[in-house]
Amino acid sequence: MTADTAVRRRITLTGAVTWTGLWAFIGGLLIAVTAVVLSSFTQQLSSGWLPGALTTKWYSGAWSYFDLPSLLTTTLLVALAVVALSLLVAVPTAFALSRLSFPGKRLVMLLFLVPQVIPTMSYAVPLATLVYQLRLNDTVPGLVLVNLVPSLPFAVLVLIPFVDQIDPRVEQAARVFGAGTRQVFVRILAPLMVPGLLAAGVLTLVRVVGQFELTFLVAGPNSQTIVVALFGASLQAGQLPSQQIDAMAVIYMLTTLVLLLIALRFVDPTSVAARTRR
Amino acid sequence: MSAAVAPERAAGSGRRARAGTPGISPVLWLVVPGVLFMLLFFVYPLCYGVGLSFQGEGGPFSAYADFFADRFVSDHGSRESILVTLRLALAASLINVGAALPIAYRMRGPIRGKRIITATVLIPMTLGTVFVASAMNNVLGPAGWINKALLAVGLADEPVALTGNFTGVLLSLVISGFPFSFLLMLGYASGVDPSLEQAAAVLGAGPRARFRLIALPLLLPGLTITFCLSFVLAFGVFPSATLVGNDAGPTRVLSKIAYTEYANAQYATASATAVIMAVVQLAVLGLVLALRSRLYRGSTAGGKG
Repeated sequence: MTADTAVRRRITLTGAVTWTGLWAFIGGLLIAVTAVVLSSFTQQLSSGWLPGALTTKWYSGAWSYFDLPSLLTTTLLVALAVVALSLLVAVPTAFALSRLSFPGKRLVMLLFLVPQVIPTMSYAVPLATLVYQLRLNDTVPGLVLVNLVPSLPFAVLVLIPFVDQIDPRVEQAARVFGAGTRQVFVRILAPLMVPGLLAAGVLTLVRVVGQFELTFLVAGPNSQTIVVALFGASLQAGQLPSQQIDAMAVIYMLTTLVLLLIALRFVDPTSVAARTRR
Repeated sequence: MSAAVAPERAAGSGRRARAGTPGISPVLWLVVPGVLFMLLFFVYPLCYGVGLSFQGEGGPFSAYADFFADRFVSDHGSRESILVTLRLALAASLINVGAALPIAYRMRGPIRGKRIITATVLIPMTLGTVFVASAMNNVLGPAGWINKALLAVGLADEPVALTGNFTGVLLSLVISGFPFSFLLMLGYASGVDPSLEQAAAVLGAGPRARFRLIALPLLLPGLTITFCLSFVLAFGVFPSATLVGNDAGPTRVLSKIAYTEYANAQYATASATAVIMAVVQLAVLGLVLALRSRLYRGSTAGGKG
């Protein structure tokens, strides 16, 4: 223990490089955030270092130009629906995959693994075509459907280790006392799986809110999420003042930040990792 | 751990099998909805896309031939974009993992201000591509702060091109990808038992030897996974290549080509591009995993000796 602290106090070359790199990253990050936030309050772009006059008109502009309430509603609606449906299907799947071994199990596992390692675009294009044929493009159900494709297998993969941790003897004991499969799920497994459900739910939520390619290909004027609207606006660079886009980007950042903070109140990712290891 | 659980499981499923229909456990039905959904909305579109890529106007392989001959309607330079995408993704994931490893390794123990450092590093996860792109243009662009400073000090006579090219996109990929690599590596690094390194220290190993012989071999599986996931993230991305880079030239990435062809209703060539993307990415992942399995064995032996 004393040897360990003595080693940590000594300044080494690699240590200096590591910490300098870390602080350079953090410094650059803070400058970047400052630049965008400052620009979103700037009245008129000038050639000077700091903005002349400050204004909040770009934020009220975000309200009128982007129709922020409907963007937020769509984003949250899609995200919550995807999380709920993913968990609903993923919990039984993860349970069976963790407890049973059956012929073809590796193939089923592969089915849930492949969407994580191939580029989104490679299945997004034909999937969007399919959604068009089903006439679900530019609708919330269509957005939910395409977002389920990467989210469901992701939730399954996150949940499997959590099911692995639950001692099967607990279920067997419940069955001995006459509980059916439904009762085992609702009264035994569900309470024991709460940390896993929260972790999978939070991670899925963050992914769906930030998901771009799939949503972009299926969304239309009536069903835009914040990411898609923001990207569309910043592509037409000439038509909108850049401060307007920056204001919208800040609003998007605040949305994800709030979601993440709410999520972290319920789940501490490091403690989840620590529990998984034991 | 899994070996200890395995007989339990076998016994459990055996009992259920005897109680229910012979051979198939009723619990197996729980897999059906998930598998059915994936078959319908993942495997079917994927196969449909592969099929579509062979339905080019000039015969089964014409879409691929067009890709490699740079004959796409909307883009010229599709063949080169494989290299562009590969270079971007490899550079970004090497930087991300290379930086995340030492920092996570040094932060594995209790350190003053650990929570604040971790929270700050994770900020980019909330920013989003457009925010990062806008920040890059504000800070590094031709009229950005860095160039203003360079011009004011007199180090440069005209603005240095830091955005609109490879460097800009690479930087934005590092900013948005590093937190993810760091979080993963921190998890793996704090999973290494500190008593192993203490034992090595007692036996006279210096910090360098402890890292090289004890920590690194143990971290290698995690390192490989982090590299692969970070590569996957960087390989598919096209918003930052469009917003920070110049997607008509030096940063024309594969996913951008696939999207443009799709938007122009060139479904065969769009699908062919998507298939090429998947093949290239899986080839890189396969190569990394194969390399690791060779490296890993060697290092473990070194650690024992």
